[in-house]
Amino acid sequence: MHRCRSIKVLLAGILLAGGFMSAMAQTPSSDQVAKLQAQIAAAQSGADNSWMLISSALVLMMTGPGLALFYGGLVRKKNVLGTMMQSFAMMAIVTVLWAFLTYSLTFDSGTSFIGGLHHIFLKGVGLNPDPDYSATIPLQTYMIYQLMFAIITPALITGAFAERMKFSAMALFLTLWSIFVYSPMAHMVWGKGGLLNASLGGRFPTLDFAGGTVVHVTSGVSALVCALYLGKRLGYPREATPPHSVVLSFIGACLLWVGWFGFNAGSALNSGTLATSAFVNTHFGAAAAALGWMAAEWIRNGKPSALGGISGAVAGLVAITPAAGFVKPMSALVIGLAAGIFCYFMVFKVKNRFGYDDSLDAFGVHGAGGTLGAILTGFFASSAINPIFKDANGNTLPSGAVDGNWHQVLNQLVGVAIAWVISIIGTLVLLRFVDLVVGLRVPREHEVEGLDLTQHGEEGYDFAS
Amino acid sequence: MQKIEAVIQPSKLDAVKDALVEVGIEGMTILEARGHGRQKGHTEFYRGREYTVDLLPKIKLETVVPDELVEKAIQAILSAARSGKIGDGKIFVSKIDEAVRIRNDERGPSAL
Repeated sequence: MHRCRSIKVLLAGILLAGGFMSAMAQTPSSDQVAKLQAQIAAAQSGADNSWMLISSALVLMMTGPGLALFYGGLVRKKNVLGTMMQSFAMMAIVTVLWAFLTYSLTFDSGTSFIGGLHHIFLKGVGLNPDPDYSATIPLQTYMIYQLMFAIITPALITGAFAERMKFSAMALFLTLWSIFVYSPMAHMVWGKGGLLNASLGGRFPTLDFAGGTVVHVTSGVSALVCALYLGKRLGYPREATPPHSVVLSFIGACLLWVGWFGFNAGSALNSGTLATSAFVNTHFGAAAAALGWMAAEWIRNGKPSALGGISGAVAGLVAITPAAGFVKPMSALVIGLAAGIFCYFMVFKVKNRFGYDDSLDAFGVHGAGGTLGAILTGFFASSAINPIFKDANGNTLPSGAVDGNWHQVLNQLVGVAIAWVISIIGTLVLLRFVDLVVGLRVPREHEVEGLDLTQHGEEGYDFAS
Repeated sequence: MQKIEAVIQPSKLDAVKDALVEVGIEGMTILEARGHGRQKGHTEFYRGREYTVDLLPKIKLETVVPDELVEKAIQAILSAARSGKIGDGKIFVSKIDEAVRIRNDERGPSAL
């Protein structure tokens, strides 16, 4: 009896399943397809947005505490807080400035040199994707990601005038610099209609994946101008001013390395394979450069220093920044190695030869490394990694010299040249203005006593308490 | 009572402390100091610039002892702190007018 009933239940089950499956086997309606597509897009967007928010956090970490520690450790004890405050001030000031004005100046489509004012106070910057900038993520994510770049760029310059610039003058100067140098440069490379924009129709398409020209060349060259204008620190170069804590600098540099994954791989603007390429290239560039600098130092100075190792890594990260989403991994190793050796010579030979007091080597590492990296990007860019150039029919065109497009090297030089020019002129004018209005350098006695006490009324370390 | 001030290499501190305790001297003050004698400093490199570091880390050890222990203390320090190389340091001896134990206002050599 039981077996009979079980068989009936089984048969009924089979019939039901069959009926169900045949209903499913019918062609789905266009409604169902649309729903599925929306779900796929939402999943893509979720993955992309997660990665981009994490990347934004990583890039902010590069400034605070990455750069703050890196620079802070390199100065004398009496200036450690003053130095860190300069980076921190950028985190605060540039954020508000970006929200009020500079996001619009950078990313509103205006002219080929500067954006317009349609997005001041972030008008129109909502939570929907944007076809030009952020196809799968909210535009606000894009905005906040780009903000972190706008923060770190002026913070990098502070390395050039460490230990001798007034806090007020620094705040005013870098605010103006963000408006008049960073925004135009970033607009030209990344803004819609920008003169150098490789993907949105620029006249001189410059390949700059994550900001080699926008961030590093501008900040590095501006740093050189600052160092020359402000003059040397008291006692430089006669008196030695060794770092008070290479330990802090070491921690800062490692935070920079990890944060740079957000800087470069996040510039893919999605969580796909381009982010992977950029991530791998970033890491390879850092490692090869660290080895290059250490080898150069070992050979020429007899010992590889910890400071040299971390400086090398940073130089490699700078150089790979424009190239990260365009080159093959083996090329990244080459770019890194070249940067490590080149920046070593810039800092050890060229700086001493010319005698400028670029206190924390902002020009030697960022200006020089960025310039080298931007040019090498023209050599090593491969359409196999990133088919950035397409013809009218959508066919992929060669990217860089390794693809046969040697012309790209010229375009890179144009981009670099513009970065140099706008940085030099902009910085000179703004320095002069701020000098007249506020005065740039602290008085002699304050420089001797230290910025922590004189600018901030604090001591960095009080082990006696 | 006499005060013995010894400027020694930091690496010799433990040996000197032990040697002093062995001759019956247990009270002492240790200061971290920097200085140099006729010894030149060493050169360090920072970003390709060579510079001389001539303020070298030292330990200054101070102890006030009764007159009869002065020579023993000097010998103890000498044997523990000497390496034979430049930079071994120096010992200075001066007279002390009074010693007071803070806990109970005891005076003189018994306060040491």
